[in-house]
Parts: sequence; C-alpha cells; structure tokens
Amino acid sequence: MPETVTFYLFAALAVGASALVIAQRNPMYSVLLLIASFGALSGLYIQLDAPFVAVAQIIIYAGAIMVLFLFVVMLLNAPKEDAAEWDRSHPLRQPGVARWGTLLAALLIVQLASALMAVGEYNNPVGAQSDATTVNSVADMGRSIFTRHTFAFEATSILILVAMVGAVVLARREGDQ
Amino acid sequence: MEPFIRPIVLGAMIFIVFNLLIMASAILVLAERKIMGFMQQRYGPYLVGPHGMLQPIADILKLVFKEELRPKGADKWLFTLAPVLSIVTAFVAFAAVPFGAETTLFGLLDEPIKLGIADVNVAVLVVFAVTSMGVYGIVLAGWASNSKYSLFGGLRASAQMISYELAYATSLAAVVLLAGSLSLREVVDAQQGTWFGVLPQWYLFLQPIGFIIYVIAGVAETNRAPFDFPEAEQELVAGYNTEYSSVRFALFPQAEYINMVTMSAVATDLYLGGWHFPGVPPAFGWIVFLAKVSMFLFVYIWMRWTVPRYRYDQLMMFGWKYLFPASVLNLIATAALVLYFNA
Repeated sequence: MPETVTFYLFAALAVGASALVIAQRNPMYSVLLLIASFGALSGLYIQLDAPFVAVAQIIIYAGAIMVLFLFVVMLLNAPKEDAAEWDRSHPLRQPGVARWGTLLAALLIVQLASALMAVGEYNNPVGAQSDATTVNSVADMGRSIFTRHTFAFEATSILILVAMVGAVVLARREGDQ
Repeated sequence: MEPFIRPIVLGAMIFIVFNLLIMASAILVLAERKIMGFMQQRYGPYLVGPHGMLQPIADILKLVFKEELRPKGADKWLFTLAPVLSIVTAFVAFAAVPFGAETTLFGLLDEPIKLGIADVNVAVLVVFAVTSMGVYGIVLAGWASNSKYSLFGGLRASAQMISYELAYATSLAAVVLLAGSLSLREVVDAQQGTWFGVLPQWYLFLQPIGFIIYVIAGVAETNRAPFDFPEAEQELVAGYNTEYSSVRFALFPQAEYINMVTMSAVATDLYLGGWHFPGVPPAFGWIVFLAKVSMFLFVYIWMRWTVPRYRYDQLMMFGWKYLFPASVLNLIATAALVLYFNA
C-alpha cells in the first residue's frame, strides 16, 4: 500500500510541476519547476528498483542540463513574457503554426491513449518489475545499451547533433556570414 | 531487545552526524583564521576565550542577532529558497558517505550495524548528484538578489560547475573501474591490506593522476580559493551573497564548509582507504577516518592561503584544455589496464 501512495505522490508531483512549467511567465520559475519534475521522476525510478537510472536522471538532467538552461536564462536575462507582446504579429500566432500544432497534439494524445491501453493488457500492478534484472545492474545495462540497443543509442546522438545544428542555424542573425 | 534498540541507534547516529557537521563548520572557521594567522605570522583571533577559542560562538551570536534584509527588487521566493537549498544539499550529500566499519557497539546489537547514514549501492553517484545540485543555491541567490554583482557571481558559479564537474566525474569513474563497484563501502573495502607488507593498498598509489585531478576539481566544486570566483571579493563585492545578511547569509559559508567536509570524506573513501590503516583494528577505524579527513581539511585551508586566485579565463582554459583531457586519458588508461589484468 505505501508503494501505491508514494507512486501517486511522485506522479502527481511530476505531472503538476510539468504543467506549471508551461504556465509560468517567468522563465526562471519554469526552469526550477522542470527540475522539480525531474526529481519526482527520479523518485519513480527508485520505486521501480532502478537506483542507477534514478541517479543518472538527477546527474544528467537536473544537475548538468538544467544548470546550462539556468545559465542561458541568466545570461540572456530573459524578461517575463507579457500578454501585450503576444499579438497577431508573433511568429507562433501564424495560422500554419496553429494547424500543425493542433495536429501534432492530437497525434500525441492518440499515441498516449493507445500506450495506456496496451499497458492495461499486461495487467501489471503499479511498481511491478518487468525488466528489473537488466535495469538493476549497471554492468548489464551498459552491455544492453551497447549491444541490443546500439542503433537507438547512436540514433539519439545524431538527434542531439541535429538539434545543435538547428540551434546554430536559428541563432544566426540575417546578414551574418 | 534487538528490534527496539536498532532504530534508536540509527536515530542517534543521524543526530550525532548532523550536529557534528554543524560543529565542523564552526570549528573550521576558527581553524581557517588560526592557520591563516600562523601563515601570515600573526596570532589570528585572540580575544574571545583562551587563545580565541570561543571566537566561533561570538561569530554565530553576532550573525543570529543581525537584522535580516531583503532588497526591494529581489525575488521574494527564490531569495529565501536559495540559502535553504544550498544547506540542504550539503547535509544530504553526506548521508551517502560511509565513515566506519561494521560494529555491534560492544555487543549491544545482535547484528552489526554499518557506520554511515544510508548504505546506497550507487553511493558514488548519489554524492556526486547531490553535490552538483548544490550549485542551484548559489545560482539562485545570484539571480534572485537582483544585483549585478550577485548575478555575475551566480553566472560564474554555474559555468565553473559545468566545467569542473566533468573532470571530477571522470576521475571518479576511474576509481569505480578499479573497484568494480559504485558503492563507496565496497570501494573502501577493496583497499584493504598492503603491498609487500608496507605500502597500504590505497587507490592513491594506483591513481596518482586521478587523485590530483579529484582534489583540484573538488576545490573548484566547493568554490574555495584559488577557485572562489563566485564571490571574488576584489571584483564582485561578495559575489552571489552580496545582498544577504544575518542567518540567511550564514547558511552559505556553512554549506561551503560542510561541502568541504563531504569532499574530504569522499576523497578519503575513494583514494586513502577510508577507515583502513595497516595495523589498526577495524574497531578504531572511525578514528583513522577522522584523522584522514582532518588532514584533507588542513590541505584545503593551506591551499586557500597559499595560492592566489586565478583569472576567470585561466580557470576556464585550465578546466577545459588541461584538466578534462588529462582525466579522460587517465580513464582510458585505467580501463585498458583493468581489462588487461582482469581478462
């Protein structure tokens, strides 16, 4: 029973903090709420008997990546978002953006629903250990990442590279060579 | 008897460690000022109590009774949260550090209890994760104060943390490879015994480069001189804590001293064999541990009053161009040797 209680506690914290991330006008608060959400996720990992994944989540996301986020927010001194700036001329307000966004959101909802339905078929109770032996041992996890899941692993690094190139292209101002 | 006493013993251990850490920061302030005085050929604090021994108490009383100020433009929530965050992470990090062998407390317990708050099987990573969260306290303090000096301090802290954490973690990984475990207790127990009957089997002798990298990165992680850029007095008034006063201010240096203790304790566990010393029975292990940690703390203070602060660009260049590549090479060489000798 206490496992169920802590599960719903961490889950509510994760979902609530994530929802508040996009509800904040102040980017600094968004970053902090995202860190709280990562912390709650790491609590869920501990409950799944995966302490290594939980700590890796804290080190990589909450510790390293979010420090970079914070650094950028502070360096740019990003101002609070104002409703007045959020007018028709804003690039995110163009009709094409809205249509595509709605389509993607609908797709995401369908995918989430189907994933939840698929989980229901396995009939696993909360906190059940499916792949526990693999996730539990650091050595086994390293082996499976570099053997069975090599393709996904390498594909992820290409994804990060694409994001980096994209950021460079987006950040370059018009007229810059 | 047993199920009744065990929680009490555990609770007592937590209470003692918590209060020792608080005491340690007070004692370290006095030690710092006394050693600095010695190095600069003067007495240091001398008026409060015999030889100035009661100076920390006077300092604490002064800080507690000062008025708490908050600048008008400061962010109310984050300004209050920042010092709390840094002190909490400082305490939590020590929870995963083992500091002694198993003991039954002179037969009081049927099953031996492990000296250490929490015995986590990924303790090395837990300590690293929690100490890396500690930078948020400093960064938030810098941002929430709404002052340019504080902001620069916070910015420097985050950049410095990212740069030196890499080298720090890579030197940790080399030790983990040698011990074949992520548990600090198992790392310590892998360092028992001696080579040729004289030299203790400490990882210090197998990982001399890793040890040096660890100590340098550890000084940078705790923001101590010569890496005290977040508060660089000569440039930034007092850096991230410029706008703080009273107890809120006191929590920052306290967190720094507790982090110093944690850093030294982890270094003792990883490189100096923890509570093992040739010829000393495990029952006195905690004394050995305390002695090793004190030695480390002395080196920290020694370094602060000997080496002047670098320039900021030198800090970045040193971290990325020398320290990080050196630690990666150290890791690769260690991995190759471990593979060669274990296969």
